[in-house]
Amino acid sequence: MNKPYDVIVVGAGHNGLVNACYLQRSGLNVLVVEKNDWIGGAAVSRELTPGILYSNCSYVCSLFRPEIMRDLELAKHGLQIIAYEGGAVFKQDGDFLASYRNHHAHRREFARHAPRDGEAYERYARDVTRQCRFIQPLLMRTAPDPASLKPRDLGEMLFLLKKFNELTAREMADTIRFWTMSISDFLDEYFEAEVIKAYLAISGIIGTALGPMSPGTAYVLLHHYMGEVDGNVGAWGYARGGMGAITRALSSSFLASGGTILTDAQVSKVLVRNGRTTGVVLENGDEHLATTVVSNADVKRTFLKLVEEPELPGDFVRQVRNFKMRGSSGKVNIALDSLPEFPALPKGSPCIRGDMHFTDTVERMERGYDDWKAGTWSADPFLDMMIPTTIDPTMAPPGQHFMSCFVQYCPPKIRNADWTDADRDAFGQTVINQIADYSPGFKDRIIHMEVRTPRELEAEVGLTEGNIFQGELTFDQLLFNRPIPGYAQYRSPIAGLYICGSSTHPGGGVMGAPGRNAAIEIMRDLKRNASHASPAHEIL
Amino acid sequence: MSMKAAGAASEFWRNPQWKSPFHDRIEALMTERHWYDWAGYAAPEIIDDAELEYFAIRSTAALFDISPMVKYSISGPDAEQFLNHLTLRDVSKLKAGRVQYTAWCDDDGQVLDDGTLFRFDDSTFRLCCQERHLPWLMDTAFDYDVTVREETDEIAGLALQGPTSAALLRDAGIDVSGLKPFQIAVLPKSLGRGHISRTGFTGDLGYELFVDRKSAGALWDHLWQHGTLRGLRAIGYHALNIARIEAGFIVANADFVTSETALRSNRPRLPDEIGLDWMVDLTKPHFNGKRAIERSRQSKSRREVLVGLEIEGNEPAQHAIVYHAKRREVGVVTAGIWSPTAKRNIALACVDARYETGDNLWVEIYALRELRYHKLMKRARIVERPFIKLPRRTLTPPGDF
Ligand SMILES: Cc1cc2nc3c(=O)[nH]c(=O)nc-3n(C[C@H](O)[C@H](O)[C@H](O)COP(=O)(O)OP(=O)(O)OC[C@H]3O[C@@H](n4cnc5c(N)ncnc54)[C@H](O)[C@@H]3O)c2cc1C
Repeated sequence: MNKPYDVIVVGAGHNGLVNACYLQRSGLNVLVVEKNDWIGGAAVSRELTPGILYSNCSYVCSLFRPEIMRDLELAKHGLQIIAYEGGAVFKQDGDFLASYRNHHAHRREFARHAPRDGEAYERYARDVTRQCRFIQPLLMRTAPDPASLKPRDLGEMLFLLKKFNELTAREMADTIRFWTMSISDFLDEYFEAEVIKAYLAISGIIGTALGPMSPGTAYVLLHHYMGEVDGNVGAWGYARGGMGAITRALSSSFLASGGTILTDAQVSKVLVRNGRTTGVVLENGDEHLATTVVSNADVKRTFLKLVEEPELPGDFVRQVRNFKMRGSSGKVNIALDSLPEFPALPKGSPCIRGDMHFTDTVERMERGYDDWKAGTWSADPFLDMMIPTTIDPTMAPPGQHFMSCFVQYCPPKIRNADWTDADRDAFGQTVINQIADYSPGFKDRIIHMEVRTPRELEAEVGLTEGNIFQGELTFDQLLFNRPIPGYAQYRSPIAGLYICGSSTHPGGGVMGAPGRNAAIEIMRDLKRNASHASPAHEIL
Repeated sequence: MSMKAAGAASEFWRNPQWKSPFHDRIEALMTERHWYDWAGYAAPEIIDDAELEYFAIRSTAALFDISPMVKYSISGPDAEQFLNHLTLRDVSKLKAGRVQYTAWCDDDGQVLDDGTLFRFDDSTFRLCCQERHLPWLMDTAFDYDVTVREETDEIAGLALQGPTSAALLRDAGIDVSGLKPFQIAVLPKSLGRGHISRTGFTGDLGYELFVDRKSAGALWDHLWQHGTLRGLRAIGYHALNIARIEAGFIVANADFVTSETALRSNRPRLPDEIGLDWMVDLTKPHFNGKRAIERSRQSKSRREVLVGLEIEGNEPAQHAIVYHAKRREVGVVTAGIWSPTAKRNIALACVDARYETGDNLWVEIYALRELRYHKLMKRARIVERPFIKLPRRTLTPPGDF
């Protein structure tokens, strides 16, 4: 019989680790159990071919909360986020749209494609920033339960209403419109040039099984922009050493504070007795006891697989079943023996060091989504392609490169049948062909590649249906509705069982906020001092 | 699909800061090498000595490059109607060959910018301003037969300001003896296609010259050559800023926040809140922001006012907090200098409208002296703008100082 722990965290994704770090630092004895023999979940970097490190899932850091980096001393444990420059959309006519860090260069480049769009960008950026400033303070707070009369819930509800009340009538209208609009309609109100709209629509569809013309996608854009608004210089960029550097630093911080991690330890059941959790049992039969169990796995995996159904209220189970996952994305990681060339780009262009894309109209994006609806991957997919090794010297030997391609759309099943290896390879080929169209000799540079469809993401990371955010970020599944109305505060119907992954408020992305917020709730329940969780930075 | 190589037009990252047509001439004179960014152009802060540059404005003649100023060409049969819809003042009263200092607002009556409107003939105008407004102008132009085009980079501009400027121009073969303030004349053909107007940002006798870009260098050389005997000096923004504060002029996004750039919805201002109430012509047909301005006047909902302050002592109060009775915070100084001509400590400030006439105003100045702050609480009096009034500014024909 193993000695009991105070807390067991199921899953060593970044949220599980953030949660474990805060709890361990409050004096609790915490065990993290991870099914894979590596840690990180979707924030992971693995060397699958000698000398070259991939960011196998997530690839850019935009949301990770700086408060968490400071509280958990992640800089001391080796984490560095480095800013990058550039970005481009390659057009079918041989031209391209560049994105520059310099304000005037950016404006002039936009104006090159449509004279008024250069200035329209400033309007657009202002309006989006205004929306971010409104929503961002909600990230680092537990969402209120609108049905509760507890003083804290009333207080939080009041905070929400007060924030809303501070808006002018026009802003309120804008905000409601923004939360419900399609990104395509939203962009049409600002821009003329198709390629500019295609570029800016990207953030509205990433990780979502919606097309740029589906209502609600404007909000998704906000979710991706939110990390930047409070002047956190250096919070946006590549994690030096890949996204796995984030979870490596977290685990190092956790171990240094006395925590324990078990890998290759898949939990098969959460133990429940008399409506209370008592620990977990692993696939190999080992039992670990604790009166508090925190699941980093998504809400479906947690409540439909790890907990016996009779332990849960029927209505709750039904709502968990209804929670929308709907994977929409794939990932192709490529090791290259040399830097690819893109003849469209002028010599010396910084664009190659940023995010690159080949979808030059919103229409093409929407067509790609049509394929997803028909149950197959996009024949003309949308790529978010980056080469982190153009600025990160730690991921490949000099001259060689890691190229990360995030791909949409890619369904959880192929016409209702499971993915086959042949499907997966054909999907990978579709992606490679698209790149090669714009980069002569590209295929000859490839040393190795890893193709990941929702099947691989589910099997390996445990993301149900391969949804990268542990559940869609649509407005019906946010705030006090994430994941389930009445259970948005990281607790569950089972006493002592909590959830802390991206399925919970404020949602997906390598942000750390769900893990931290959940830790604060748990410390409150266990009457622990939580003063080591510093309050969210103010937005002035 | 073709894989053609990119054109040089898209290499904006190489030179994000553009050069004005006078860049090389200014650079050759510059000993301080102190540039700043003006709307995407490199502009001189100081050429060689800010104090001497200031006294050139007030005692001889000063040449300041205004090419980076954002310029829109507005023309067509409906140009007057369109501009009347856009701006606060009555454009039908602006005669051909004259300039109007004006401002324009969004539908909430919040100021988008102020600037100067040049009318060359019935249907041809130029709007000069600080911020860029193409989307706003094009949206407003929707129903009018009018063409709006940015021409900032095509038109070179020079401000020639100071007591000897008229004499200098006469020497240079440009007759301005009959030119009244805000009047425009065509430049002699030999100097290129362009105009001269009796306008400026210094509150002194002065002119502004605009020519097509290719004539810019020759115009500069021509003025420079005739400037030797008239004490001409090239100046940077530092000197100009002192003169413009003395003259009581405001600068968008320095003395007020324009409504298209503000992130915080309570920052933009109505014309009445920044001292531009006199521009608003409620007798003309609809214009952008009219209803909101009327409503605010009816409900007396003006929150702030922009005032001139005279502050005791000689320590500039730039960005100081304004207090009532030394305790209640009621505003902020947006621009504060020691005026070399008036010999007074002057400032522009945004102040809570309830204290518009109030006395008992104070400013808190933090004066840093060798790494120690002197915290000063100084009495401030609301005074008339401009802080200095020079008769030579409006005298026609101009004096030969
Ligand atoms: C392809 C892809 C690209 C992405 N790109 C970005 C990006 O660029 N930027 C960004 O910010 N976000 C990105 N995301 C989203 C982001 O990576 C995720 O939202 C985030 O990493 C999820 O973290 P988490 O800790 O909540 O959960 P996860 O990372 O899903 O962690 C859950 C952990 O639990 C473990 N687990 C599950 N079940 C069990 C069990 N029964 N027993 C033991 N362990 C178990 C899993 O193995 C896993 O380690 C991307 C995601 C994917 C998949």
